Amino acid sequence: MSEKRPPNQPEANPPEPTEDIVPELYTGERAATEAHRPPTEAQGDERRKLERGPSQKPHPEAAAVVKMEGVHLAFDEPILEDVSFHANEGETVVVVGESGTGKSTILKLLLRLLVPDKGRVLIDGENIVDLSFDEALEVRQKMGMVFQSAALFDSLTVFENVAYPLREHTDLSEDEIEARVREKLEFVDLEPDKVMPQMPAELSGGMRKRVGIARGMANNAKIMLYDEPTSGLDPLTTATITHLIMKLQKELNVTSIVVSHDIRSSFRMGTKIALLAERRIVYFGTPEEMRKQDDEYIRRFLGGY
Amino acid sequence: MLESAIADIGIRLALTRSTLRLSGFNEAAKKKVLSLQEYFVLSAKSIGFIFRRPFYTTDVVQQMDAIGVQSLTIILLTGFFTGMVLALQTSVQLATFGATMYVGRLVTASMIRELGPVLAGLMVAGRVGSGIAAQLGSMRVTEQIDALNTLGTDPIKKLVTPRVLAALIMVPVLTIIGDVAGIVGGNVIASTYLGLPASLYWRTVWEQIASGGFTLRYIPIDFIHGLVKPFVFGGIIVTVACYFGLNTKGGTEGVGISTTRTVVFSSIMILIIDYFITQILLAVL
Repeated sequence: MSEKRPPNQPEANPPEPTEDIVPELYTGERAATEAHRPPTEAQGDERRKLERGPSQKPHPEAAAVVKMEGVHLAFDEPILEDVSFHANEGETVVVVGESGTGKSTILKLLLRLLVPDKGRVLIDGENIVDLSFDEALEVRQKMGMVFQSAALFDSLTVFENVAYPLREHTDLSEDEIEARVREKLEFVDLEPDKVMPQMPAELSGGMRKRVGIARGMANNAKIMLYDEPTSGLDPLTTATITHLIMKLQKELNVTSIVVSHDIRSSFRMGTKIALLAERRIVYFGTPEEMRKQDDEYIRRFLGGY
Repeated sequence: MLESAIADIGIRLALTRSTLRLSGFNEAAKKKVLSLQEYFVLSAKSIGFIFRRPFYTTDVVQQMDAIGVQSLTIILLTGFFTGMVLALQTSVQLATFGATMYVGRLVTASMIRELGPVLAGLMVAGRVGSGIAAQLGSMRVTEQIDALNTLGTDPIKKLVTPRVLAALIMVPVLTIIGDVAGIVGGNVIASTYLGLPASLYWRTVWEQIASGGFTLRYIPIDFIHGLVKPFVFGGIIVTVACYFGLNTKGGTEGVGISTTRTVVFSSIMILIIDYFITQILLAVL
């Protein structure tokens, strides 16, 4: 199914040429040559201006909304060791790292689907590690999660999917629910009348992901978690989804934790980057500072970006 | 000297190998016990949630339709043909004693007490159990179970409890329907093939039910036998299916494995538990 983008969305067209779009395709010689060619000062500034809007500065009354402190986790073998990072209100922290380094595990810890062996996980200042199962269900309502596969309920229509958290946790009337669902679907640039009666299987990958975002934010969650939001999408849809995540942050001041291995979109939307390697966070800071790092691994990971 | 050293190494190797094998066995046993515990926790939770808010009434009705109404055809067919074949087979045996007129009694006794519940159980295990395992399994591998959790819903309450409740109600209902179909099937053979008048057939049916005795004055003991079993079977089929479904690992291949396991495991459990329930009921009633 082809995806229609409404005309009121200029940023969906990325400013850079399309062949430049997917950084993970940078391999071999090209990656090597580009790695040793730092952008000139002017180029760098230009890029930053394009990629990151002016309102990406941290919110003035910033407070750590999401925080991990010295988290250790092991199943049969250690997965995370001494992982600490935080996201202030309105910030977007992107956790990057190679595949299989436990990035998604971090989201599961934040949702308390997993409990760390050691350390603290704070949501809105509340340590969620020792909560009971029922209390954890409560805390999860503060957060909206967007899954890698969108994870829409395939036995329900798009409308019912987005309405699900509202039906579960609010006393809204049917009319109010419909109004809210329409609002959220419009926010993610889908036509409510067209998609609401459709089943998830009828949608394209990008549309499914957008419905997933709409469902995640249906409860007006102030914290959004994204698991590989751009993986498996074409460059244009990747740009659309990245733009959408930034729009949520800009317009609704949502705090976001994004797990990704897509450096390009991570740098575009992240106010902070956390690089996970060898079970630890080896870098945590702004994208600009990350570019200036001399560390061999970080340079290699950025692959000249 | 060298020989003894080699022998020594050999013994050590054998020892480490056997301890390795033993620890592997221990691990496997531990896993089995743990999964058994998990299964019972799941079942207990799902039954506990029947009485706790929020009630997912729509889901229960939907599941009653999926488990009950949509199994109607296969239950009617299996019941009807089993009844017919029972009448046919027993009539040959009874003819040697000149007791063909009692074919109704035999069909009724076997259908109500044993074949009705067990056949309904096996058919539901094949049709419904596999479906539930496949559905929950694919929900697991496509992260939909995680999605439920993150949306603040307990998957057991939302997915398992409605199915358990629906099965506890519908499997006994299906069994009654299957019993009736079987006895009617017997009647068809009795009147066409054996030339017994329908009135005689139905009188022997009633005689059989009455001869089993009554409990609480009006309830035939045969009916108690015939209804306790499907109630238990329904619970087993659905909890086993949900357990294997929710614990699916390894993508679409895992879904297939869970489905197969569900059908095999619940079918065997039905046959084994059927024996024990019968023994208990015979002792108690």
